[in-house]
Amino acid sequence: MSDGPPLVSFAGVTRFYGEGGGLVRALAGVDLTIGKGEFIAIMGPSGSGKSTAMNIIGCLDRPSSGSFKFLGVEVNQLSQDQRALLRRNFIGFVFQGFNLLNRTTAIENVELPLIYRGTPKRERRERALEALHLVGLQGRERHTPGELSGGQQQRVAIARAIVTGPLLLLADEPTGNLDSQRSHEIMELIARLNGERGITVVMVTHEPEMADFAHRTIRFVDGHIASDGRKQAA
Amino acid sequence: MLWETVKLAMSSIRRNVLRSVLTLLGIVIGVGAVIAMVTLGNGASSKVQENLAKLGSNMLIVRPGQTTFGPGGSTDARSFDERDVAALKNELSGIRGVAPTAQKQMKVVFGALNYDATVTGTNSDWFTVQDWVLEDGQPFSETELRAGSSVCVIGATLTRELFAGQDPIGERLRIGSFSCEVIGRLAAKGQSAFGSDQDAVLVLPLRGYHRRIAGNTRIGTISISVTEAADIPRVQRHAEDVLRERRRIVPGEEDDFTIRDLTQILATMASTTAILTGLLGAVAAVSLLVGGIGIMNIMLVSVTERTREIGIRLAIGALERQVLTQFLVEAVVLALFGGLIGIAIGLGLAAAGAAVMDVPFNADIRVIALAFAVSALTGVIFGFFPARRAARLDPIEALRRE
Ligand SMILES: Nc1ncnc2c1ncn2[C@@H]1O[C@H](COP(=O)(O)OP(=O)(O)OP(=O)(O)O)[C@@H](O)[C@H]1O
Ligand SMILES: [Mg+2]
Repeated sequence: MSDGPPLVSFAGVTRFYGEGGGLVRALAGVDLTIGKGEFIAIMGPSGSGKSTAMNIIGCLDRPSSGSFKFLGVEVNQLSQDQRALLRRNFIGFVFQGFNLLNRTTAIENVELPLIYRGTPKRERRERALEALHLVGLQGRERHTPGELSGGQQQRVAIARAIVTGPLLLLADEPTGNLDSQRSHEIMELIARLNGERGITVVMVTHEPEMADFAHRTIRFVDGHIASDGRKQAA
Repeated sequence: MLWETVKLAMSSIRRNVLRSVLTLLGIVIGVGAVIAMVTLGNGASSKVQENLAKLGSNMLIVRPGQTTFGPGGSTDARSFDERDVAALKNELSGIRGVAPTAQKQMKVVFGALNYDATVTGTNSDWFTVQDWVLEDGQPFSETELRAGSSVCVIGATLTRELFAGQDPIGERLRIGSFSCEVIGRLAAKGQSAFGSDQDAVLVLPLRGYHRRIAGNTRIGTISISVTEAADIPRVQRHAEDVLRERRRIVPGEEDDFTIRDLTQILATMASTTAILTGLLGAVAAVSLLVGGIGIMNIMLVSVTERTREIGIRLAIGALERQVLTQFLVEAVVLALFGGLIGIAIGLGLAAAGAAVMDVPFNADIRVIALAFAVSALTGVIFGFFPARRAARLDPIEALRRE
């Protein structure tokens, strides 16, 4: 699994927000390499730059300086549309706050990335149903987010992220709003996607219990990586 | 992909029915008003034209004095006499006939029944010139014309009112102290351009009219029917020369009579219609502009309101172009819906108006197609700016917005 360029590599990545007196340093020179097939947990106090790093990995945001390569490609030099194509074809993102379309049924939400890929209707339906089954939401296809519980919405968001068969699954606090029973279900699902499908997973979590599912844990403090450790013999 | 985008747009329109309906309103009202007005206008002008055509085709109307067109006119100018008519008939070429007329509204009596009719003294050319069809009987013979015999031909209204549809031929009618024998009956023609009943008419030889009814030999109007429409100006000039000579008008002096061309009047009406259509077009443009600004306003609000949705779409891998197309298609679909509803309402109003005003309901497919196209164009033009704004959003910024 170590052939070719790494999936993700950061070299001296910084990210600043605002300007002048209100300048905020969200990332302060981060070096990081993520290989294919890894299952990584990112931890750290609030405001330490976890989401910022995730957005950069997800090709949604760009570093202020430093180099960020995705599959060996310098993303900083890509246009907005080219980055959209990277997201579309390689990345599934589970956002911190679900980010589902309101008043839109679960199955339509899950189909959305496939629509933009131009997948034909029949195949789209099949794959969306499959993804919803995988996250255990059979029978809820026609429910809108407003009619689903937090855990169910989180699972729709995961189904939407995996429906395209991405190389990389990014999940920003996927269990943030869930009770521990549901959290475990979600984590087992994610672990299964990593183990059985070989999807690389990077997830942000505050709970050590959830981080335990991962094979590698990176700790952010104040825009730096404070520690980066692998579990022995996972 | 486009079809997917259309479906996407439709579902987003459906999710916001009230907002969508309000957006449509401007276009609905604009298109509806224009369609209703243009359709009614078409109906009205085609009715006027049809009525004018009923007066007779390729017709020149000669009247004494510098009068304006219409019933009545000045009476102080010298009227025409039979020799004027004879001169015109002899000298003009390319004509179907020359008909002098003198007329008066009078009560026509048959037994216990009576009816107000236009009693007209004329010659046998009158039938040709005015496009009358004899349904039964015969026109005046040369002898009858020369003698001014007491014979008459009656219009459909008189046949109906006085004879209850029974055969009037051979019956005698009384007009004042004068009585005449019915020798023919005319086919119905309907209302004139001025709304009077052309069929309430009784025709008799001019000399009989002069002697027995008018008590003078004046001729109020001479109608000339020209064979070829293209020949009308020439015949008109020629007739003017003939009459000037007969009436001894010296060069440089103005005519003391008027020759009017019915086709010229039709042309005037047509240009009036064109001006009207132009005005309607301006009204249409303004109302569509208002409708378009409405669409733009709502789409801008919608872009702001749906920033997060756009962020989600972009984050998931939508290209700028795809978001642009979605919003553009949404605007166009909205505008087209508005256009369709407007067309339906406009046609409905026009149909109702046509029934009330008693004009034909003339729906013009070209106007409808144009209204439809303009609605779509409004959507494109006024949807573009908001759509581009949506497409250029930064996904991260958009997602942070609640
Ligand atoms: N768009 C932005 N504009 C200004 N400042 C920002 C923006 N996004 C993040 N920040 C700042 O950057 C820093 C890092 O934010 P980030 O969202 O990465 O933290 P986080 O580790 O994900 O925190 P949490 O655990 O609360 O989600 C914070 O100080 C935050 O206020
Ligand atoms: Mg965060």
